[in-house]
Amino acid sequence: MRIKLTVNGEEREAEAADHESLLTVLRESLGLPGSKNACEQGECGSCSVLMDGDLVCACLVLGAAAAGRSVETVESFSDGETLHPVQRAFVDAGAVQCGFCTPGLVVATYALLKRNPEPSDKEVREALSGNICRCTGYGKILEAVERASAAMYRR
Amino acid sequence: MSVHIARNLDDALEDLSGRADATILAGGTDLLVEINFGRQRPSHIIPIDRVEELKDLSRNGHVRMGALITYTRMLENDVGSPALVEAARTIGSPQIRNVATIGGNLGTCSPAGDTLPVLAALEATVVLKSKRGERRVAFADFMTGPKKSVRRPDEVIVAAEWDDAGVAQTYMFAATRNAMAISISGLALVIDRARRRVGVGLGSCGPTIIRASEAERFATGLLDEAGWEKPHRPSDAAAKKFGELAAAAAKPIDDVRGTVAYRRHVLAVMGTRALARVAAIP
Ligand SMILES: Cc1cc2nc3c(=O)[nH]c(=O)nc-3n(C[C@H](O)[C@H](O)[C@H](O)COP(=O)(O)OP(=O)(O)OC[C@H]3O[C@@H](n4cnc5c(N)ncnc54)[C@H](O)[C@@H]3O)c2cc1C
Ligand code: FES
Ligand code: FES
Repeated sequence: MRIKLTVNGEEREAEAADHESLLTVLRESLGLPGSKNACEQGECGSCSVLMDGDLVCACLVLGAAAAGRSVETVESFSDGETLHPVQRAFVDAGAVQCGFCTPGLVVATYALLKRNPEPSDKEVREALSGNICRCTGYGKILEAVERASAAMYRR
Repeated sequence: MSVHIARNLDDALEDLSGRADATILAGGTDLLVEINFGRQRPSHIIPIDRVEELKDLSRNGHVRMGALITYTRMLENDVGSPALVEAARTIGSPQIRNVATIGGNLGTCSPAGDTLPVLAALEATVVLKSKRGERRVAFADFMTGPKKSVRRPDEVIVAAEWDDAGVAQTYMFAATRNAMAISISGLALVIDRARRRVGVGLGSCGPTIIRASEAERFATGLLDEAGWEKPHRPSDAAAKKFGELAAAAAKPIDDVRGTVAYRRHVLAVMGTRALARVAAIP
């Protein structure tokens, strides 16, 4: 099925095969492999994207049903070679080990800080509870969120 | 596979009426997992997530919650049931809560569905609509077995409704961890002071959601004696008895999440704590 949707601010047309998720459409039809595929059941958060501004798991969105939606993926974050403050914070805090969970965490952190510029530690843990890091670098990840909050709001 | 994105409710009902093979898609947090793992291959899908009529929430002594109300919205708005908000808070992660709906919880009708014990305790009504008309079904009659309900294939769940029962209510659950875990057992308790009614709904401990009617009668007796209008501190013995009666109503099974004995124990503990907590709420 051909669908039209907005991806990272651009009108795109894509092929959404039967029963395919938005995640597969992004990765395979639109050439955007930043969103990762691990569990396909909403458990790991590595496929996190923003859909019409809301944080969602792209693996749980039916591709064909995403027609007309506006999707932002991790690819939209950096400005050329210049990293987004959230990405910079993950690098600076050493919150990236194998890096598989990082795109999802970057998107989830951005979604949190947009809504809540200075979240408490508890709020950060709650907001990131849908993102799993198998390298278990959670301490550094929490530090990255703190740094990102400071950088984005220039504290 | 064909997909028809419903523009409004009539459009969805029209498309559903002609065919037996249509599957409704709301937030997709249950259905896409089924599809991704090849357990379901729907031949025709009707996404209803743009149907504005199903996103309404009205509260005026009586609550009507549209089927597309998400858990995130339940946490952001006063939705007319503190217990339902507690249930919403336990569900999934932000990614899940942003899209998952009450209509989908009813549509899946799993005994582990966290909103369902609350709807049972509130004596909620499920509103169903098809091209032929609207039907109102008491939640107690709606769910007939694990993942089974009386919904007909051409019907859309349009809303859940209940009488505003005040703030003396809670939902408690036990799971292996706080985030992202299917509950081992859940218990909803509602003390409706104005209507002098107690509702107890148990989840994950039987083929359907179970009403603990003995426990309800016992608590009603306590409040008849103590007075419905004011906060009450039940004795330790009374709270314990209530917990035991709630646990006795359960029909749990052994599974990977918990044993029969553990589930009963957890229910008794939750029941005891729930009564002590909720009876004290004015
Ligand atoms: C990671 C993860 C964690 C989860 N945690 C929990 C949890 O803690 N507690 C819990 O209870 N659930 C949990 N769930 C399950 C799920 O999120 C809920 O059951 C949710 O309420 C489903 O809503 P949905 O809108 O996504 O439904 P969908 O997946 O869109 O639909 C589910 C079913 O209901 C039908 N349906 C949906 N809407 C309607 C309607 N209006 N009329 C008729 N039929 C309809 C669909 O056809 C389908 O069969 C979790 C799921 C995931 C992936
Ligand atoms: S791949 Fe989507 S949540 Fe894991
Ligand atoms: S850095 Fe490896 S999974 Fe998180």
